[in-house]
Amino acid sequence: MPQIPEAVINIAYLIAAVLFIFGLKGLSHPRTAVRGNLLGALGMLLAIVATLCEKQVLGFGTILAGMAVGGVIGLVLAIKIEMTAMPQLVALFNGFGGGASIFVAGAEWIRIEDPISIHVSTATATSGIIGSVTLLGSLIAFGKLQGVMTEKPILLPGRHLLNLLILIGCLGLGYLLITNPGSVLLYWMLVLLAAALGVTAVIPIGGADMPVVISLLNSYSGLAAAATGFVIGNTGLIIAGSLVGASGLILTNIMCVAMNRSLANVMLGGLGATVTEGPSADDVYEGKVKSTTADEVAMLLETAQRVAIVPGYGLAVSQAQHQVRDLTNLLEERGVEVEFAIHPVAGRMPGHMNVLLAEADIPYEKLKEMDEINPTFGQVDVSLVIGANDVVNPDARENPQSPIAGMPILNVDQSRTVIIIKRSLSPGFAGIPNPLFAMDNTLMYFGDGKKALLDLVAAVKEL
Amino acid sequence: MEVDIVSLITIFVLAIFIGFEVITKVPPTLHTPLMSGSNAISGITIIGAILAAGSDHIALQVLGFVAVVLATINVVGGFLVTHRMLAMFRKKRD
Repeated sequence: MPQIPEAVINIAYLIAAVLFIFGLKGLSHPRTAVRGNLLGALGMLLAIVATLCEKQVLGFGTILAGMAVGGVIGLVLAIKIEMTAMPQLVALFNGFGGGASIFVAGAEWIRIEDPISIHVSTATATSGIIGSVTLLGSLIAFGKLQGVMTEKPILLPGRHLLNLLILIGCLGLGYLLITNPGSVLLYWMLVLLAAALGVTAVIPIGGADMPVVISLLNSYSGLAAAATGFVIGNTGLIIAGSLVGASGLILTNIMCVAMNRSLANVMLGGLGATVTEGPSADDVYEGKVKSTTADEVAMLLETAQRVAIVPGYGLAVSQAQHQVRDLTNLLEERGVEVEFAIHPVAGRMPGHMNVLLAEADIPYEKLKEMDEINPTFGQVDVSLVIGANDVVNPDARENPQSPIAGMPILNVDQSRTVIIIKRSLSPGFAGIPNPLFAMDNTLMYFGDGKKALLDLVAAVKEL
Repeated sequence: MEVDIVSLITIFVLAIFIGFEVITKVPPTLHTPLMSGSNAISGITIIGAILAAGSDHIALQVLGFVAVVLATINVVGGFLVTHRMLAMFRKKRD
């Protein structure tokens, strides 16, 4: 291959970085999202080709083998994945990004020769720590989302102290690494210890807080890439990594605001692990809960003018999105106006409900954001809540002592009739009873989401 | 490779600002695609992975190989699944 001047390669990295910027800009607007994603992919292709032309690259065998293996795995994962499994796939991809950073920094640590400048060793330590926390944190998030391990917070005794000690240990090893440049063993010890931190930092965080965790890990995977950029002195990595770091932080912030909680509060974890004080479930529900049947619900829906459907994680679990679409179509044929009320943190990742409903071909225009639909619940005849709980708990609005006090909720309690499709009266993730279930205008339609909706569709057809 | 550290830090800080400015208001529908698309971009680590895997040092090749595999999964899977999701959103728009 003819030698390509270093400057040309660097210009190619610059163009790739510009393509990434346009790509991210495009991805944040509905009209340009597809083009944005393609621009990002084009930037990546350019960066890869430019790298293959670097004079440091002496042989292509290992590279092509790695690309073939990774390409096939990525292709299969992306094509085969069910949309309901998107949260764990995104978690997994985040982890791989972090993992790649560990190995790149580890390889560079072997390659570089004395004298190693202090900023390279600092960057190597940073890469190792962030990359390893991202990899293991993402694997734990994956395990929770995939159901390999419990979604409930796992609280180790003295976990805050433990996390602090591991963090101090990581920083200490990092310092040793900087003062003993070239020690390969130290680097991998640091990676191992940071991996422990990734585990202990994510296990106490419950399933309902996963949207925050996933977007934060997304940000970390970018920062890990940026840190690796400092290690190998590559501006392409630094720019792309920081862009992703920033976009992940923006999403993290959106999720925290939607729960009215600080990032620290989410990350310290434990919400839903312990039964908090307050009225017991019996006090709230005793004698006040009315259950209903498919026929009765069908009648209510059919005579309604306006119906708001509130999907939650339970809908994703029972994979009932197609039944929801069938019900929507049936009702619309009968002249009922159907809308979907989407809470920003419903589900397990940012935008989870949007992806789920889009898969079932439910038109985007029917999905209303919380701020848009909340003022209009007074004019809703029937709110149909499917597999959501904490995001419709009026205690968040009315009871300052509630653990979820101040969290913005969907005001379904203001609609004329509320129908809850739910297996039982068991609490949502926050572990607290929901007074909504005991309200005069609420009917409980007990059952598995999918089965309940199938029965409901059949009942509406018979009317 | 010895590069002026201050220039690198300058680039880093400016790029973070660009990130915050470029992605201002994201509609909820795009939360997931933005996350998976930006995640694919974080697979840029593949550059470093290629540089390591392409060396003539066996240890670097081994570490580089693992990194290339991980980063390629991230890049290929990330862009592709994002495209799949966006296509799903788009088909109902028409």
